[in-house]
Amino acid sequence: MLPDQNQEIIVSVNAVSKSYYRGNQPVPVLEEITFDIARGEYLALMGPSGSGKSTLLNLIAGIDTVDSGSIFVDGLDIALLSEAELAAWRAANVGFIFQFYNLIPVLTAYENIELPLLLTALTRRERREHVETALAVVNLTDRAEHYPSQLSGGQQQRVAIARAIVTDPTVLVADEPTGDLDRVSAGEILGLMSRLNSDFGKTIIMVTHDPRAAEKAHVIRHLEKGVLSDVST
Amino acid sequence: MSFATWKKAYSAMFLLKLLSRNAFRHRLRTLLTILGITVAILAFGLLQTVVSAWYAGVNASSAARLISRNSISLIFSLPISYQERIRRIEGVSSVSYANWFGGVYINEKNFFPNFAIEPQGYLALYPEFVLEPSQKQAFISDRKGCVIGRKLAERFGWKIGDGLTLKGTIFPGNWEFVVRAIYTGADKSTDESQFFFHWDYLNESLKKTMPRRADQTGIYLIGLTNPQAAAEVSMAVDATFKNSLAETLTETEKAFQLSFVSMTEAIVIAIRIVSFVVIIIIMVVVANTMAMTARERIGEYAIFKAMGFQWYHVAGMIFGESLFISITGGGLGILLTFPVAHKFGEVMGQFFPIFQVESSTLYMDMFFCLIVGVIAGVFPAMRAIKINVADGLRRIG
Ligand SMILES: Nc1ncnc2c1ncn2[C@@H]1O[C@H](COP(=O)(O)OP(=O)(O)OP(=O)(O)O)[C@@H](O)[C@H]1O
Ligand SMILES: [Mg+2]
Repeated sequence: MLPDQNQEIIVSVNAVSKSYYRGNQPVPVLEEITFDIARGEYLALMGPSGSGKSTLLNLIAGIDTVDSGSIFVDGLDIALLSEAELAAWRAANVGFIFQFYNLIPVLTAYENIELPLLLTALTRRERREHVETALAVVNLTDRAEHYPSQLSGGQQQRVAIARAIVTDPTVLVADEPTGDLDRVSAGEILGLMSRLNSDFGKTIIMVTHDPRAAEKAHVIRHLEKGVLSDVST
Repeated sequence: MSFATWKKAYSAMFLLKLLSRNAFRHRLRTLLTILGITVAILAFGLLQTVVSAWYAGVNASSAARLISRNSISLIFSLPISYQERIRRIEGVSSVSYANWFGGVYINEKNFFPNFAIEPQGYLALYPEFVLEPSQKQAFISDRKGCVIGRKLAERFGWKIGDGLTLKGTIFPGNWEFVVRAIYTGADKSTDESQFFFHWDYLNESLKKTMPRRADQTGIYLIGLTNPQAAAEVSMAVDATFKNSLAETLTETEKAFQLSFVSMTEAIVIAIRIVSFVVIIIIMVVVANTMAMTARERIGEYAIFKAMGFQWYHVAGMIFGESLFISITGGGLGILLTFPVAHKFGEVMGQFFPIFQVESSTLYMDMFFCLIVGVIAGVFPAMRAIKINVADGLRRIG
């Protein structure tokens, strides 16, 4: 399914630049990046190591700030938010999936998934329903009481995905979600993400090195030396 | 309960669960830290108790009784004839006297304070020594009788009617006594390890053996009709004996006791300082543990923040964990202070007749527990609050 021209824009990146400083020396990472993401789009960001993929993803996810330019998510310029507002915005709008799963080791799968819901106004019963639904989506209902150390890498990543979707966020951001997984597990994770996109209409932005992962996306963008190339599909 | 309270209670429970599990991630490290705090709080409690035991004599002493002594030094005595002259001074209700005897039971290791007293007046002036009337009477009517404190009786297994001998140091010779009465303290602050006998018994023998030292006493004890007049009466007493062979120095019993203690005040101050140093050391140790812990978890704090948790959630986790550790350790320390102090008091009873953990020590214990927990959490919390989420996440993997 291709996003058609009339589709609603959910993320709009406008002339975004970002540099890091090595001492006093600015090292430009992103230069005047501009592109849009439509609601329900599955975007893969590719490019060589150090090209700024993670940096761009972090900016969209609101965990890093732009030097210049603006990012609108669902009509809101996130650069205008204070740190506390940004945190609250992330809680409601962004689901994170990381390369190294990043589950909290002292919490069970269930508790890890429940974590983001603690920031919502849901009742305990509603939370339970949400967590159980998310566990069912990632097909891990029987592992609810397991700690991360008792799960395989692929299972941990599925818990992380459940945690990312449990608040029903506006966008899912994934930084090399299959980077640390074997072929089979990676396939499962990619299948799950495709399903989240096709069945649940989730907007997904995924950074990846893996061409097989990128294949699943609707849109692939290449980042090279801070500049975004055209869309390939 | 309202919905909001339910929700808060549940979140608090979740937080508690999280930080107690976090606290025991490095079980050995946490247990050692808790043990360190326990030992520190225990040491602090004992040292503070030693200090208060030191001042126990002062605290138990009265500001309503005066003590008169030779103005040159306590080692010089006063003539017994002063009693009548003091009694006549306005504001004086009663006068008695006592002499430090310095007798030794078998050997010096068995030290306890012993005094030759004028029995009737002395016991009347010290209602805190509680005696059975029949025993009191037996003591008063037996010239060789003695009154001993309950703890002293327990220490040497002395019972009413037992005979015992003290070796004189200031007054040479073997002095024989019969236990006629055992006193108990009116309250916990009363020293129950003293020994009193008849001044007359001492004096009569001195008359025979060392007549020049007879008819003297170390101190006069003066009861006041009005405790408010202590200063005036003291001045009147000293004025009475001005320009006589033995001038007096009169002060309240409290001031008198304090002058004893202040001779060794430097040691007490040193003990106090050490007790606070112990707390500072453990503060540094706990702060180091927390810093180590927080450094390892920077990535995790970044995950929490990425998910939308606010800075105060993260700070709460860190402070919660450090308070959890310090309160657990401190609580154990406080609980252990009582049995250990009790044992300590038993072993050291002869030096510290009153060895009680004071409530002020407990309050300080609790205060320092909290302070240690808070201070230990400050720097890690600041670090975790400041960490940029993207930077924090970059450290994982
Ligand atoms: N906090 C930082 N301070 C300094 N330089 C940084 C910082 N974060 C990133 N960089 C630099 O910015 C550039 C882009 O980093 P980024 O992590 O976005 O690359 P990437 O495309 O995700 O690479 P990879 O595929 O290896 O993950 C790199 O050269 C990196 O060294
Ligand atoms: Mg990257």
